[in-house]
Amino acid sequence: MGNTSSMLTQYDIEEVQSHCHELFEQQEILSLYQRFCQLDRNAKGFISADEFLSVPEFAMNPLSQRLLKMVDGLNFKDFVAFLSAFSAKASLRQKVQLIFKVYDSDCNGKVSFKDIMEVLRDLSGSFMSDEQREEVLRQVLKESGYTSDSFLTVEDFVKIFGSCKPEMDVEIPVD
Amino acid sequence: MSSTAGRLVTSRSELDLDHPNLEDYLPSGSSINEPRGKLSLRDLLDISPTLTEAAGAIVDDSFTRCFKSNPPEPWNWNIYLFPLWCFGVVVRYCLLFPLRVVTLAFGWIIFLSLFIPVNALLKGQDRLRKKIERVLVEMICSFFVASWTGVVKYHGPRPSIRPKQVYVANHTSMIDFIVLEQMTAFAVIMQKHPGWVGLLQSTILESVGCIWFNRSEAKDREIVARKLRDHVQGTDNNPLLIFPEGTCVNNNYTVMFKKGAFELDCTVCPIAIKYNKIFVDAFWNSRKQSFTMHLLQLMTSWAVVCEVWYLEPQTLRPGETGIEFAERVRDMISLRAGLKKVPWDGYLKYSRPSSKHSERKQQSFAESILARLEEK
Repeated sequence: MGNTSSMLTQYDIEEVQSHCHELFEQQEILSLYQRFCQLDRNAKGFISADEFLSVPEFAMNPLSQRLLKMVDGLNFKDFVAFLSAFSAKASLRQKVQLIFKVYDSDCNGKVSFKDIMEVLRDLSGSFMSDEQREEVLRQVLKESGYTSDSFLTVEDFVKIFGSCKPEMDVEIPVD
Repeated sequence: MSSTAGRLVTSRSELDLDHPNLEDYLPSGSSINEPRGKLSLRDLLDISPTLTEAAGAIVDDSFTRCFKSNPPEPWNWNIYLFPLWCFGVVVRYCLLFPLRVVTLAFGWIIFLSLFIPVNALLKGQDRLRKKIERVLVEMICSFFVASWTGVVKYHGPRPSIRPKQVYVANHTSMIDFIVLEQMTAFAVIMQKHPGWVGLLQSTILESVGCIWFNRSEAKDREIVARKLRDHVQGTDNNPLLIFPEGTCVNNNYTVMFKKGAFELDCTVCPIAIKYNKIFVDAFWNSRKQSFTMHLLQLMTSWAVVCEVWYLEPQTLRPGETGIEFAERVRDMISLRAGLKKVPWDGYLKYSRPSSKHSERKQQSFAESILARLEEK
């Protein structure tokens, strides 16, 4: 793909497309490439954490640090693969898998009570106490038949989300 | 206006005060905020709204769009036009550019040979000295504009020297100042620059009464505010020109206006500047090129075409806050120059947003969770 070239060839586009399970069209990949080059200021071939944080809307997001660990240093192919979960064509499983990965920060395939607590902490900050968070989580886990010692896998997540696809679509501007 | 971006630092004071209600402008498709009955495990685990906002920002965001240079479409793509374009390049670089450099040098020689003696000899007679220096600065700016073959159309009444008035304009490049200065000698408030620009600032611009600030200094704000107030009170000072955006924007958008210029208790006269990109894009992308390179780019293009509108002077309405006044004037300028408004503080180019914004999101999330917990 060439870290310094700013033109994608047809081969490049097709390679990226297959890597993201054909979830983006060619035009969308081209737009994403333009955006990638715009964020990657010195054409290193990846976007650094600092460059992501220079987008104020991203920096303001409560989950920005977690997402940063997932996107920092990705090359274009992996960048598109990451964003493919947000395509309208992505399946429920693909979207839930991304959500699972955000929770599973140590990538061991299991989401523990502690992992969920940490995400809740990111989302609610100082506006909820740890006790309140624990209480909420324990309660909803119990109602769904889990305990605070349970480990949730991807399959559990898919089951929890049921048949209702999470609203997680981002439109790629194509001009 | 800036040179290279330094290290990024989270600044609390300035950014907090200058833009309220950012959330009013931003899309907040957060479904978790609407209480929908009893909280289930799925509801708690569903972080999709927050993730979608983050991914949306990665894919496209209105802040970065303000600083994107939009290169003109290349038209030299077929066999008939390409030789013509090559000929044009030759004319621009080998004929026009040397001519322009000579013109500019000539202008500088005249300027310096008049300015230096006047500055030294007429030290005692301030009024006369200032008057002559004003004319000379206007002249050198005209030479600058001529060196890019600037075609500037001015609309509206020419600014005059009166106390208790301040001029505000949208900002695209440092040449905004030169374009306006050739018509009227303004005193301007600028970021102190290094290099040859800084030298010019401390010598020549000092004579028209410029005020310096240093973006990275926190206390600087109060000192500058005081200097501004002193300046507008004086009757014999040149009219003050302020660029309330605080940074160069790409002339398609306006970022939020800093309220400092609008709280000086005087009339605010808006100026709208719009550059025509037909020959060259006048936006100075300070992240991509130095000012010298930017000037050279202008000098090797056919022409710089722009329009300047002097709009109706505005005063603070009763019951209006400084920020509302600033927004009202920004509306006027954006409308006149055909620019889109975005809710961002231009200084976010140099520092991170304050944690206040993410805290607001956290608060609304926490509140909705706790509210839904109550529902049995």
